[in-house]
Order: sequence, then structure tokens, then C-alpha cells
Amino acid sequence: MLRVIVRRLLQLVVTLMALSALIFIWLRNLPGGPVEALLGERATPERRALLTKALGYDQPILVQYGKFMQRVLTGDFGNSIRTGDPVTEVISRAFPATIELALAAMIIAVGLGVPLGYLAARWRGRALDNLTIAGTLLGISIPIFFLGYLLKDVFTQNIHWFPPSGRLTTGLDNTNVTGFFVLDGLLTREFDASADALWHLILPAVTLATIPLAVIVRITRASVLDVLNEDYVRTAEAKGLRHRTIRGRHILRNALLPVVTTIGLQTGALLSGAVLTEKVYNWGGLGTLITDSISGGRDYPVLQAIILLAALVFVVVNLLVDLSYAFIDPRVRVR
Amino acid sequence: MSDPTTQAGTPAPRSGDDKPRPGMSERSIGLLGDRKKARLDELAQASASDRGGISLVRDAARRLRRNPVAIVGATIVALFVLMAIFAPLIAPHDPVQRFDELTKNLTVDTIPGSSSEFPFGSDPLGRDFLSRMIYGARQTLFVGVLATLIGLALGVLIGAIAGAFGGWVDVVLMRLTDVMLALPSLLLAITLVALASRSSQWTVIFAVAIVSVPIFARLLRGSMLAQRESDHVLAARALGVKERNIVLRHMLPNSLTAVIVQATLTFAVAILDAAALSFLGLGDPDINRAEWGLMLGVDGQRYFEVRPELAYYPALAIIVVALGFTLLGEAMREAIDPKNRR
Amino acid sequence: MSLLDVRDLSVVFQRRGERPFTAVDKVSFTVEPGQTVGLVGESGCGKSVTSLAIMGLLPKRGNKVTGEVLFEGTDLLRLRPDDLRDRRGREISMIFQDPLSSLNPVIPIGIQVAEVLERHQGRDRKQALRESRDLLDAVGIPDPQRRLSEYPHQISGGMRQRALIAIALACKPRLLIADEPTTALDVTIQAQILTLLKQLVDETGTALVMITHDLGVVAGLCDTVNVLYGGKVVERAPRHELFAHARHPYTHGLLNSVPRLDSPRGERLHAIRGSVADNIPWAEGCAFAPRCDNVVDACLEGPPPLEPTAGGGDLRCNNPVSEEVAVR
Repeated sequence: MLRVIVRRLLQLVVTLMALSALIFIWLRNLPGGPVEALLGERATPERRALLTKALGYDQPILVQYGKFMQRVLTGDFGNSIRTGDPVTEVISRAFPATIELALAAMIIAVGLGVPLGYLAARWRGRALDNLTIAGTLLGISIPIFFLGYLLKDVFTQNIHWFPPSGRLTTGLDNTNVTGFFVLDGLLTREFDASADALWHLILPAVTLATIPLAVIVRITRASVLDVLNEDYVRTAEAKGLRHRTIRGRHILRNALLPVVTTIGLQTGALLSGAVLTEKVYNWGGLGTLITDSISGGRDYPVLQAIILLAALVFVVVNLLVDLSYAFIDPRVRVR
Repeated sequence: MSDPTTQAGTPAPRSGDDKPRPGMSERSIGLLGDRKKARLDELAQASASDRGGISLVRDAARRLRRNPVAIVGATIVALFVLMAIFAPLIAPHDPVQRFDELTKNLTVDTIPGSSSEFPFGSDPLGRDFLSRMIYGARQTLFVGVLATLIGLALGVLIGAIAGAFGGWVDVVLMRLTDVMLALPSLLLAITLVALASRSSQWTVIFAVAIVSVPIFARLLRGSMLAQRESDHVLAARALGVKERNIVLRHMLPNSLTAVIVQATLTFAVAILDAAALSFLGLGDPDINRAEWGLMLGVDGQRYFEVRPELAYYPALAIIVVALGFTLLGEAMREAIDPKNRR
Repeated sequence: MSLLDVRDLSVVFQRRGERPFTAVDKVSFTVEPGQTVGLVGESGCGKSVTSLAIMGLLPKRGNKVTGEVLFEGTDLLRLRPDDLRDRRGREISMIFQDPLSSLNPVIPIGIQVAEVLERHQGRDRKQALRESRDLLDAVGIPDPQRRLSEYPHQISGGMRQRALIAIALACKPRLLIADEPTTALDVTIQAQILTLLKQLVDETGTALVMITHDLGVVAGLCDTVNVLYGGKVVERAPRHELFAHARHPYTHGLLNSVPRLDSPRGERLHAIRGSVADNIPWAEGCAFAPRCDNVVDACLEGPPPLEPTAGGGDLRCNNPVSEEVAVR
């Protein structure tokens, strides 16, 4: 077990290294490259040369990469070109916001998706099932930023149930502990701030949850259908077990194994979706940071760090999912 | 917006205890998205598992024709393609021409709505919105098809080389796809566009295409590997058929079914991702180009308060077309799945 | 009163867009307390569907079950689902063909045995697990304490079937239905499992309905045998009577198709011609007619009735076999 974990961790490191190298090299070999992107096409050669030297881009690529990695390992990703702040600082300000949003979306997707998928499978071919399938197909076919605007229009303009954007009502002061505003409010006993943050969180989270929800519903449904046909469910029925026991211990326990995997894979969809959702709701997280880093002159150090961070999150989550299998599926344990 | 369609299928039938779980088994001590890979490999094997050549395809086609989902999907796709081809005949106006009767009514907070001359009203630049919607089918088809084809071509190339040679070539190429799969797909696309110094229609197409490369590569490789050991390939080898011919004539054609199905599903993701890029300001900067993603992502967003139809119509068009391709793709996947053969 | 009295049980499968299929066609038979009764036939003869119908385990949709299944006088088919649930696993149990797929792969064996005791005997988890250990011991599983926490994939096929038997007999039911309990096992294990079953039902006085295609199983175990063909009982007889004087050409064919060590060298095995696919609907005649050596005109003029025989059984045949078949 331990050996597997160590091996997986090593591979994780190798992947991230490879990814960073690819991005690094790509960045510096693009037509125009970062210097042109920063200065624009009509910059004078002198200014270009100056900036190239200032950024260290005149050195051999391997040397540059070596220096970059050296700094990265000490936690230094350089400074933002746009604001001049250290990249780590910029990112650590935005990171909790995105995680809070993504977690809320995942809670919605799992909390709603699993029961819906189960019910659809139990009532296969009935109205509920057909409706659910239609809903999931629509869910994966709708551009989620459009859905975001739609929800925003309905729930903040027509009926004023939710605030249109931001993470907190302006003027409301909260104490920042973890950066998760809902949690912070609870920790500092500023319950009004917590409630306000939650109120702001709902619409963006629902928007972001759309695709993972659709996927989880479908996986759960398909998986439950598979399990319903299994002999051990028939055995459980033959034992005269209560419906509750059969559903929980025999059907869901088995049917949820593929769903756990899906949750890991949906991390990717969440991170992608967060970029769009955050822009719609002006949510100050990584997604906004990406958008700003692109539109306000390409802020390469920030972009580079965010991409690596996103890959790290995705890889780590999926590693955790795989490892969790050892605890939820006894057949994996022996291997 | 990763590729939900590749993940949304039915999970592996978990029969017996002797089927290794992908997570921790020796073979796939891989890094990331092991399940995603496993699913792809599985799909690949499904298409390679038994091959009756033509009869298999015919069999699948017969099942498709009886499936209402497939018919709805195919109809949507067909109408979409027809609209794209015959756009000049259908559209009442030139999509890039600015009409005086429209421009004179444009103000900061009004955009002319429907009239008998312009049923969908004006766009923010005084052009006929209906004609732009119709021509939009063309550009959307163009972006989607090209992105899918480029992704497919690169993916098939990588997958075929990996699958055909095996060994260290396979290891290196598959590790490369691992790295690509480790990045959330839209983020990868954003990165690619952002790293290019100027965005254009081509950066969008290319970025969206690259995202699907690892998926195609994995799919094809899995299917080819499954076939390497199959009887008809062994027979061909025993008969002294050249390795190159075995790969080109025997293995590749048999592996393409799953790839074609995936391409159908990828198309839907491609136009959604292209729209997302436009929304983020990374789209095609050409203001004359009528493409639904662009129309939704730029004008639709900017003028949502003024005239929401500018968002609704392209959004609806994208949803319907994405749905059409998804339905068709899912139905095709179901049709070639040996589990559903009767 | 018989323990189990199945009267005119029919199961018709009806899928949308397809023609209805009668899997079980007015089957009647009885099981006395402590008796062992065989249901014998080829696959597709309706024997498994019969057992699932008795247990109320057929899918809720897509089929229609008619007739009566009287268990100690109560019609199980008309019982409320919850009442039937209370009896299943307590008064009537069932074991299935494939012991691996019939056990939940992610739950320890101990829990899978214990949950029946918790459900029907009101035991708490601890007590139930203690009793489960004794049950595993009773069915001959070595080192039962350790097995409690093991998973199905960790034990052998024979042990899995023993565990399923332990589950089925945990509440000392009055009736046990065994659906091909040895088919998925190695030949050497088959005999052990049959011996165990025989010993356990004898000890506990449980009546056993043995569903099998294997006449060897019937010969060693059953008091009475019902031979099913095309969803109908075609012959019913006490075991010795059946083996000595099989009257129906189908039963006869089954007996003759078993290879025997004492048959003369060079003698050909008598296989029954064709397959179940050749059946004609009972409404038009005898379903077995197309495959039958004794077929007469009457066989194609409507279904033959099931009539009592001199040997104490019943027979559904227009032209039964008269020659004797030696007792095995």
C-alpha cells in the first residue's frame, strides 16, 4: 500500500515537472513571445532588448528553466507583470474563493445527482427517468456562462432572491481567517457575514454544478441499473431484507464506486467551469485572475502558476480518489 | 467545460472479482485520470472486441435506424449542415452589410428589434441578425469540424503510432497524453490561446482541437492494443503480411469505429468550448465573422441587458446543435456497444 | 395440508413491442414438510422462473403471474409485498446457481450472514455475528471466525456456496429452494455440496425444492421428481418409479442421454433430437412433438392432459414409452 502511494506521488511529481517544462518552453518560443505580448507589436527594438534582458530571456532556455525551477521549489513564482505583487501572494488570495465555489458546486452536484440518478434507475423508462435524462443532456449541451446569465437575469433582476455578483455585500466587514467566507463567518461567530456569503454563493455554485451534476446523474443511473441486475441484489431480496438495507448496503454501496471516480474526474470540469462562472458573477477567484491576467496584457508568471496549480489540484484529487478505492472496495485492497 | 460526453457514458460493467480495478492495478499505476483513461480503453476494446467487418457496421446501422434518439440527433445534424451549406440561399440579407435603416436607430440602450424586413432585428452594428444567425451555422460548422478533424488527426496519429509500435514509443507517447489530460480541458485551451500572442479564428480552432488529442490518442491506442493480440491480426502476421500493412489494412480500420463515435461527441464539446473562449475574450477578433459562439460570447454578453435576443438565439442554436451531435454520438456508441447486440 | 401447494402457476412475460411469452404454463405441484422435490428440465423449461415466482422475486414489470402458491395455506402471490418480505429468508429461503455473483462483493461474509439474523430474529450485530460463525462452522467452512471478516473474492467457490447455504438456513426455514446449486462448481465440490444439503435438510426437517437439469442430482436427493418441458409439467413420479419406469419420451430421453459406465462398449448415446427452439406452442399440441420419437397424430391436436398413472405419478403424453429403463 505504502509503496503504491510513494510510486504514485513520484509519478505525480514527474508529471508536474513535464507540464511545467512544456509550458515554460512553449511560452518562450511563441511567435512574438512574451516580450511582444507585453510591449505590443510596434515597440522599438531597444525597448524589446531591454525587457528581454530584464526578464532574463536572453539566456539559454535550459538555464532559464533551471533558474525557474530553482525559484519554484523555494515557492517563488516571480512577480505579476500586471500588478508587481508576488505571484504566490496573488494566487493565495484568489485560491480559497475558487475552492469554496468548487466545493459548493460539488456538494450540490453529488447531493442532487446521486439521489436523482438512483431514482431515475429505479423508475427506468418512466416519466421521471425520461425527464432526468433529458435534463442531463440539456445540462451538458448548454454553454454554462449563458446559463449563468440566464439564472442571474431571472433570480437577481426579475425576482430579487439572490445578489447578482460578488462574494459579500459591499460594506459588510468580515474577518478573513481561511479565505472561505462562509467558514470564516462561522469561525469568527460573524454569522451574518457567513449567511451573506452563503447567499452570494448559491447562484454561482448552481451554475458551476450544472455539468458535474449532469454527469453524476448519468453515471449513477447507469451504475445503479447495472447493480440492479446483479445476482447479489436478488440474493438480498431473497433474504427478505428491508428495502432500506437493500438500497443502502447492497445497491448504493456498489453503485457508488464508479461515481467516486467520476467525482475525481469532474474536478477538471469544475476548474474549467470556474473560469466562466467567476466571470459571470464577478467572483474574485482564480478564474477571474486568469481572465484578468489575459485581458490586461498577458501576465505570464501568473498564468503559468495558475495552470500548474490547476494541474496539481486535478492530479492530487484523482490520486486521493484512487487511494480511497483501497478503503471502499475490498477487491482493490488485496492487489 | 471539460468533455462531459466522454465521461457520461455507462460505467464499466463490474462482473466478477477477477477484473482488475483500474485504480491500483499494476498496469495502470498511471498518474491521473486513471478512470478516464480506463473508460477510454474500455470503449476502445468494446469496438475491437469482436469484429465481423461489414456485417458489424451494418448491424449497428440497423440498430441506429430503429433508435428514435438517433433519428432526432441525425435530423438536427442534417438540418444544421443543410443550413450551413445553403446559407446564401436561405439568408435574406448579406450578413456583413450594415443597413442604414438599422444603424440610424442604434443607440446606447436600444438595438432595433424585429421588423418585417429584419425578422430577428438588428445586431449591435446594424446588420441583419437573422442572416447572421443563418451564416453562423456555416462558421460554427467550420470551427467545429476543423477543430474535431485536427484533434482527430493528431490523436489518431499519436494513438496509431503508440498502438502499432508498443514498447517505449508507447510509453513516451502515453505519458505525453497523461500530461495533457492532467489539465482541465478548457484551461488547456485557454492556456494555448493565451500563450499565442494574438488570437484569431485559427488559435481558437487549434486550441479546441488540441484538447481532444489525448482523448482520441488513448481511444485509438487502446483499440489497437486490443487487436494486436486478436486472431485475425495474428493470422495475418503468420501469413507473412508486412507489419505496415497489418497496421494500415487490418488494425486501423477496425479501430476507427470508436474514434468516429468520439468525433461526433467531440464536435459538441468543440463548439461549446469555442463559445467559452469567445466569452473570455479569447475568441476570433474579426467583427465581420458570424459564428454562434462568437455572437453569444461577445455581443450576447455585452448587450444582454439591452437586447437579450442577441444571446438567446445563438445560445439556443448552440444548445440544439450540441444536443443533436450528442444524441447522435450517444446513440452510435450504444449501437456499437457489444453489450447491446441482439 | 401440504407445506407448499403450487396450483396452476403461470408466468407470462410481456415486453412492449414483443409477443407475450409463456415461460410457465399452469404448473401445479406440492411439497410435503421435510420432503425433497425435484424440478427437472433443460434450460428454458421454466424451472427457474417457477422458483422465482414462488419467492416473489420476478421483476415487478414485464410479466404476469397467475395461479396460486399456497404456503401453509397462505397464497404467497396475494400477500402484501412487506408480508412476503417478512417470510422470505425466514420461512422460505433460496440459494442460487452462481455463488460468486450471488454474494455482495464489497461486504464481508460475516455481515452477509448476520444481516438475515438481524432482520428476522431481532439479533443485534454482535450476537448475529456470533451465530453466523456457528452457522459457517455448521456448513463446513474451516476457520469460521476468520471468514467472518473476509470478502467473497477471498474464499473458494465451494466455500462461497457453503456460505450461501448458511445464509439460507440461518433462520431454519421450512422450505429451501435450491436453483442449480452445484452447476457453477467443480465436479469434486458438487458432491460435497449435495451431501451437505442433504445432511442439513435431514437434520433440520427443512423441505427442499431442488431445481436442476442434472438427473444425477435428482437420483441422489429427491423423493419426488417433476419433469418440466416448455413450461409445463410433463411427468411427475416418485424417484424410484421415475428411474425405473420413465413413461414420458422426454424423461426417457433425458435418462438415456446420461453416459453410463455400465453400458456396453460401442453403444451410442441417445441424445434428444433438436432443441427447445423447435417447440410448438402447447395450444397446438404437445410442445415436445417435433423432437419426439413416439409422436402420433393426437400429439398435434391440442395439448395432452396430465393424467394419473398406475405408478402413483402423473403423465402428460398420448403415446408413453413402455419399455423399462434399468434403475441406476
